[in-house]
Order: sequence, then structure tokens, then C-alpha cells
Amino acid sequence: MQAGTDIQTLSRILGTTGAVIEIGPFLVRLRSRLDSVAAAVGLHYEHQLRAPDTPFCDFHVRLDRPGGLRRWWKPQARFYLDETSPFKPLPLNQAFPLFEWGLNWCIAQRGHRFLMVHSAVVERDGRALILPGAPGSGKSTLCAALSLSGWRLLSDEFALVELDTGRITPLPRPVSLKNAAIGIIRDRYPGAVLGPETHDTTKGTVAHLKPSADAVERAGDPAEPAWIVFPEFQAGAADRLEPVSRGQALLQLADSAFNYSVLGGRGFEAGAALVENCQSFRLTYGDLNASLKLLNSLAEPRS
Amino acid sequence: MTPGTRLLLTALTRPETVAERSLEELDLLVRVARMASLEARLCHLLRDHGVLDTLPDGPRRHLEAAAMVSDRQQDMARWEVAQIHRALYPRGIPVVVLKGAAYVLAGLPCARGRLFTDVDILVPRGALHDTERALFANGWVNQTQDAYDQSYYRRWMHELPPLTHVMRKSTLDVHHTILPPTARLKPDAGRLLADAVPISGVDDLYVLAPVDMVLHSATHLFHDGELEHGLRDLTDLDDLLRHFGQDPDFWPALVARARQMDLIRPLYYGLRYTQAFLSTPIPGTVVEELSDAGPTTPLRPLMDILFHRGLAPHHWCCDDALSGVARWLLYVRSHYLRMPLHLLIPHLVRKAIRKRLQEDSKRTAPVLPRP
Repeated sequence: MQAGTDIQTLSRILGTTGAVIEIGPFLVRLRSRLDSVAAAVGLHYEHQLRAPDTPFCDFHVRLDRPGGLRRWWKPQARFYLDETSPFKPLPLNQAFPLFEWGLNWCIAQRGHRFLMVHSAVVERDGRALILPGAPGSGKSTLCAALSLSGWRLLSDEFALVELDTGRITPLPRPVSLKNAAIGIIRDRYPGAVLGPETHDTTKGTVAHLKPSADAVERAGDPAEPAWIVFPEFQAGAADRLEPVSRGQALLQLADSAFNYSVLGGRGFEAGAALVENCQSFRLTYGDLNASLKLLNSLAEPRS
Repeated sequence: MTPGTRLLLTALTRPETVAERSLEELDLLVRVARMASLEARLCHLLRDHGVLDTLPDGPRRHLEAAAMVSDRQQDMARWEVAQIHRALYPRGIPVVVLKGAAYVLAGLPCARGRLFTDVDILVPRGALHDTERALFANGWVNQTQDAYDQSYYRRWMHELPPLTHVMRKSTLDVHHTILPPTARLKPDAGRLLADAVPISGVDDLYVLAPVDMVLHSATHLFHDGELEHGLRDLTDLDDLLRHFGQDPDFWPALVARARQMDLIRPLYYGLRYTQAFLSTPIPGTVVEELSDAGPTTPLRPLMDILFHRGLAPHHWCCDDALSGVARWLLYVRSHYLRMPLHLLIPHLVRKAIRKRLQEDSKRTAPVLPRP
């Protein structure tokens, strides 16, 4: 099954063998009988669906309603990884965000051939801009805006640093926008494709931005890291970009890497090579226009 | 035996056959091995047999990722033991390291790819109070808030309530013997301590003597434990037997020790099921000597039915129609062996009610692991 599959066919496949979704270096087999999941997968992953008889998948996920009373009373959705249930169920309307969050967890548990940094990554002219940041730092908003204005989206959540080459492997997935960022992106980029808003999640209101066709098509093209920018959102602050020393950048990277301790010495080497090959900055981010201008200036050819 | 279980057992006993598996079979093998906590071990085994590098990228990367996690856990376990030793040595408390961490410290073959979540130690019962205080002074705190759990451990169990280190969040189980004092079998902890083997180069740090290590492994699996990691524990036992069994004096010493320690039944089961699942080489004379140690006819086939299911990986593809019932009966059995009924029934009722109340509060929402 490839692009253009209608929603009925997709629902049927999701409800039986499961749909196979290729997300950068990972293959996910997803089964679900939930209409909201079929709709969201059809919207966001339409160009990433692979043949349902793909023999090997990295993650076998099922999203369904748990049985019992909950079928009728405040219905819920549960995330099953290979039929085990590692998380609390969430209200039924949060099924798709639950899939995205659960998948983050799966990747962070298994992707140890990469140094995995909690970070958004975009690329321009083969050079990657890494935006590590905790929730609330504004990385997803910046990532969405950059990916809609000339940069290629590599990832919203993970910088996958290849241990041997130091390059960044793309992980094209919907960008998770929260609260005010949803309206900002919708107003600024009328062409942006956003899924439905989910209210009252632990992160507030969430909506996902569909990655561009180009970002999905070029999922196999890694990029050389060039800049590391640590964003820090401060309402009303004057936007500025200040250099960060390599040592400081390495410490911060290690702190925001999911598997720095699992990788041991190799993690240190990969992180050290990364800061060696990049210019590092701290971005104080108050206004989207001003910050985009600063970030774009990084990639302008120097005169 | 279901095809899923057979797939994993064949991979463990004849690793070279994995090279001929189709990608569909490898998909299932990796998942079953993961559920059984044997993924990292399988990785080492396949590497030793030159099979790992012939595997397609997909399954190979999962096995390698698991091996990396296990390597790191072993570094951490060594560090934990060093810290425990540093806390207890000045108080003159000898420490015997048990289970996974002991295999790592003793450099035994079953340490390779062994995944574990906590460190287990054994100290003399008389030193228990001092041990707890010294560990507390060094950051290990008892996080069991519930008053009932506290008194349950302290009155009836062979270990303190689990301790957690305040900074590292690592878990430590402090035992004073290997079975609850209320259990039906009564091994003598004093003998375990007396015969413990020093870890070279470190004062007052020990592992159990080979025969006791085997008996502890078998006892934990067949007289005490819950079987969630049953097959993983059975492969430990298989490895220990293959390793120590090369010494011909080991086998008679093992049987004699089992009789002396009142652990002949767990040994019987241990040998029976390692042989059935993993083709462990066991001398015929030993099998013969233990022929009277097992259960008699009505019980023996029943236990086979139960253990063949209880020891299989707890993955849906390894289950058959009886698996659920078998696991439940083994769970009941493990408690029955732990305590006399007049203690057990009130305990289980309390646990069942609380489990209902807490069902989902133990799980967390899917947040990314804190980097």
C-alpha cells in the first residue's frame, strides 16, 4: 500500500495486519481500530506507508480502547508495545498524541547506534542546525517555522547523531505544536497542514504539523552538523544570539542526550566531535520574526 | 511447546541456526528474546558463533543496542558493589554478593549480556541492623512508605524492604538468608556464609561457593521467585552448571550439599528443566541419584505442564490456552511455599485489594525518559 490509499483501505489495514510506517531509520507496525488514528495516520504519514507484508519492523505498536467499563464510561486509548502496556491510558481523543509520545519513548529505548539528543534539527544546503531544548524552550515553534520557510525538517524531537560519521540522520515526523504556537504557525503560514487540535493533554492543547513532501522524500539523506543553538524562550526579551564555548556546549548536549550514559566513551567521542565541527550559540528568543532572522543569518553565505 | 518458545530455545542452544532464519522469523525472535530479557545474551552468543555480522541490519541493531545497555548496567553494578563495600567494610560487615552482580564480579560466563535491575547482597542476620544503618548513612534509603509492607518484610521475609540510593536511584536488596524463614524448606544461611568465596583483591567481599550459587539459583527459581524472568534465570542456571560441571568433583558435591541444605527438591526441578529447555549436560549418575527427589506420579506430570508454560517467555506468541492458568497456579504455589496458609491468606487478600485500588497509578504517562 502506498500513497493515495483511501481512508477505508487504511482503516482496514490498521485494524488487521497493521500499517507499516517508515520513519527515517525505523519501521513501525501500527495496529488500531480507532477512527481518529486512521485519520491522523492518513494525513501525516500518507507518504511513509510501506507494504503491510514488510517482514521486519522495529516497533510493533497497537493503539486501542482498553476493555471493561472504560469502553462506555470516559473511554480511553491505550498504547501497547508488542502487547505490553508501558504507560497509563489517556482519554480516547488523545490517541494520536499518545502514539507520537509513545513512539518517542520506543526510539529513546532502542536507538543506541546514534547519540540521541533531545533536539529539533533542520537543514539547509546540506548543513544541519541543531536546536536542543527542554519542553517550553520554543524549539518546536522555531523548528516548524524554519521548516516552512526554506529549511528541510530533519526532526522535531531527536537529533540522531551517527556514531561513526557524526552526520545527522533524518527522522521526519509531524512536528508537535503546543498552545499559542498552533495559532502562530497557522496564521503565519497559510499553506501549513495541521491536524486537529487535541485539548486538555498534559501539555495543554496539541496539534501536529505535517512534514513537507520534500522532508519525507529525502529521509535517506543525512546532513553534516554545522550549528548548535540552545534556544531559551523569554516572553518580551530582546532576541540575541551569543556564542557558547565548546566545553559548555558539550556539557549541555550530554545533559540533553537520552543515551549519553548508555554509550559511555563512544557517546563522549560523538558529542566532542559534534561540538568540534559546529559553531555553538545561545538564542534568547522573544519574537519569532527576530529569532528567525538571526538563525537565517547563520546560513547566509558570508560576503 | 509453542513455536515462539522453540524459536528462542533453538537460537540459544544452536546459535548457528539463526543464520538461516527468514526476516519474519528474526522479527519474532528479537521480540521474544526481548520479552525474556535475553536479547543481549543472544547478541553475545551470536557474536561468538560468528553469526551476528551475517544478520540483516534490522534485527542485528536491536540485539547490539541491548548488548550496549547490558554492558553499561554491568559497569554500574560494579560501581554499586564498590560503594556498598565502602559503606560496610569499615563496620566489619562481610558482604556476599548474590545473583547477577555476583556473576559479573566472579567473571562467570553467564554474566555476558545479563540484564539486571538491582543488586542483591547477603549479610549475617546479626549484622542486619548495623548494615541498614551504615547503608542509610551512605545514601540508601528505604522507600517503602506503607506500614504493612514494612512489617511484612521485617517479620516474615528473608530480606529488608528494597533500598534505593537517593542520588543514583539504584535498588539494593539486602538478604540475611535465601528463603523466607516461614518457607517450607529451611536452608542454613550460616553455612552459605561460612563457605563463601572471597573476590580476589578485596577484603570481606564474597560470592557464594559454586555449589551454593547453583542451589541459590535453582531455589530462587523453583521455590521462591515469580517466573517473570523464568527463562532468563533458567539460562543462568544452565550456564552455571556447564561452567562448574567441568570439574568432575562438582556434581557429587552439589547433590550432597543439596541434601545437607534441605534444597534437594529445587535442585531436582532445576536440573530437570534446564535439561528439558536447554539440553544441559548432566551426568546420568546425578539424574539417577535424584530420581527419588522429585514429586510422585500424580504431581510430576502436573508440574511439567505448569513449568513448561511458566518458564516460557511471557510473550503472547509463546502462550497457549493453558498459559494463563499455569502462571496463576505457579504464582499461588510460590506463595504457598513461602508461608503457612494462616499467614498467607490474609496477606494475599490485602495485596489483591490494594492492587485493584492502585492498578494504574503505578504506570506513568508516556513522557520521554529524562536525558
